[in-house]
Amino acid sequence: MNEFLSEIDWDAMVVAIQETLLMTIISLVIAVILGFILGIILYITKEDGLYPQKVVHRILDFIVNLFRAIPFIILIFLLLQFTMAIMGTMLGVKGALPALILSSAPFYARMCMIALSEIDKGTIEASKAMGASNWQIITKVLIPEAKPALVSSITVMGISLVGYTAMAGCIGAGGLGNLAYMYGYARQNMPVMYTATFFVLVIVFVIQIIGDLIVKRIDKR
Amino acid sequence: MIELKHIQKVFKTPKGDIHACQDVNLSIRDGEIFGVIGYSGAGKSTLVRIINQLEKQTSGEVLIDGEDISLLDAKDLRKRRTKMGMIFQHFNLLWSRTVQKNIELPLEIAGVDKSKRVQKAKELIELVGLQGRENAYPSELSGGQKQRVGIARALANDPSILLCDEATSALDPDTTEQILDLLKDINRKLGITIVMITHQMEVVQKICHRIAVMSEGKVVEEGSVKDIFEHPRHPITKRFVRDISSKVDDDKQNENLKQIYPDGILLRLTFDEDISRQPIVSRVMKQTQLDISIVSGNLTNTIDSSFGVLIINVLGGNSQDYEQIIKQFEEYHVIVEVI
Repeated sequence: MNEFLSEIDWDAMVVAIQETLLMTIISLVIAVILGFILGIILYITKEDGLYPQKVVHRILDFIVNLFRAIPFIILIFLLLQFTMAIMGTMLGVKGALPALILSSAPFYARMCMIALSEIDKGTIEASKAMGASNWQIITKVLIPEAKPALVSSITVMGISLVGYTAMAGCIGAGGLGNLAYMYGYARQNMPVMYTATFFVLVIVFVIQIIGDLIVKRIDKR
Repeated sequence: MIELKHIQKVFKTPKGDIHACQDVNLSIRDGEIFGVIGYSGAGKSTLVRIINQLEKQTSGEVLIDGEDISLLDAKDLRKRRTKMGMIFQHFNLLWSRTVQKNIELPLEIAGVDKSKRVQKAKELIELVGLQGRENAYPSELSGGQKQRVGIARALANDPSILLCDEATSALDPDTTEQILDLLKDINRKLGITIVMITHQMEVVQKICHRIAVMSEGKVVEEGSVKDIFEHPRHPITKRFVRDISSKVDDDKQNENLKQIYPDGILLRLTFDEDISRQPIVSRVMKQTQLDISIVSGNLTNTIDSSFGVLIINVLGGNSQDYEQIIKQFEEYHVIVEVI
């Protein structure tokens, strides 16, 4: 066991964990904000929505589908120029963020739309009958009613983001994926590979547990 | 006063136009409980939604206290809606809010400040009899309690009109009774105009002052509950009246019959399938000196049998004679009950 552990460069491991967490959290926060806004616009501009706008809906729907259709690993390469232009580098945490965000925001937008669509139409009708404006319906009815589904979608997305950061790691983004690839695979250092995998799993489980706890607390159905 | 004038509503669908309302004219007086009854698809739900403009009519006028609310702009319409409460078949409460917070929602929407909201919600909770359940979530309530929350919520902004869309259709008969009592009470206490949409004749019978009967988008009959019940003219109305008369509470019916037929005894004869093709009544009549008059009957014929209930009044004998005739019926396997 000691021999196993001594094969590991713990300083590098800690840095890798920090990088993975950083990439996941930053991209999660930004993607959730963007995706949330996009999801709500998608929902209300639907044909039978609160504020039907056929053209806007079609365009956004197309963009969301497009970005979700491009495999993440390809998206990274497609975005290299863009990443260089806005982040100044294509390596490390900074270099990974644009691709992470652009692939996960549309994903969250879609999840949001599904969560909102599941709200009982009768509830919306009731709030209209009370004289609520569209803004009031969104803030006082739609978002609170969809909250558990919105939170569990964040959990799902957080977990898939951990996976994406590992993929990004393989092409120089840092983090546990990078460590596992560079040391574990390229140099055949199995202890590093296993330990990196172990910490990825820990992060995933922690996200899942926290997400489930929050949902359980706020779900009054 | 709610006046609907020449209301037409056409839904365009790929399969063709659906005429949900066809030249509907109604006027509903202040403070009355007005029922709109019809089978599903008659257009009554559309009609009630035209009153608060959740549906826009294709043509016609919706006058509330003389003002055509279909001409209001979005902002004025929202303001007008706060003075029209609405309750629903499936309650449509927000499950993420407690009873208290659900009732506060329309007040929040109307921009009432917090201390007033709390106070008003408290009064309403008392009015609908939900004291002690303020902090419960809708998922913890029974159907009747949910509808009470719905009613309290609908009354939050002191509306002058309460629209009820099949408000009791999802409730059991006992709870329906309680909710109707509550609505009647509210109508009396607050003087609020109530428009009830329903397919249940017993609902309009119990609480409505006047009713309109709808069929295929048209109002086919309109009048006081008494008139409609006593002189139904349209086939649809007759069907509704017939449905209810067969459902009248047995006990109540028995009491009434005893008052109408104070002499002799009243017998309820229940025929089952095997025996009802035999001429039982005529045979018994031939064997007895007593007079028999038929009070009411409900016999149903199927292809190979008939069965049902016959109520007769037996006159002109003493208690021994009556016992005798009961025995005679029983010999024919008729189930006899003395009312």
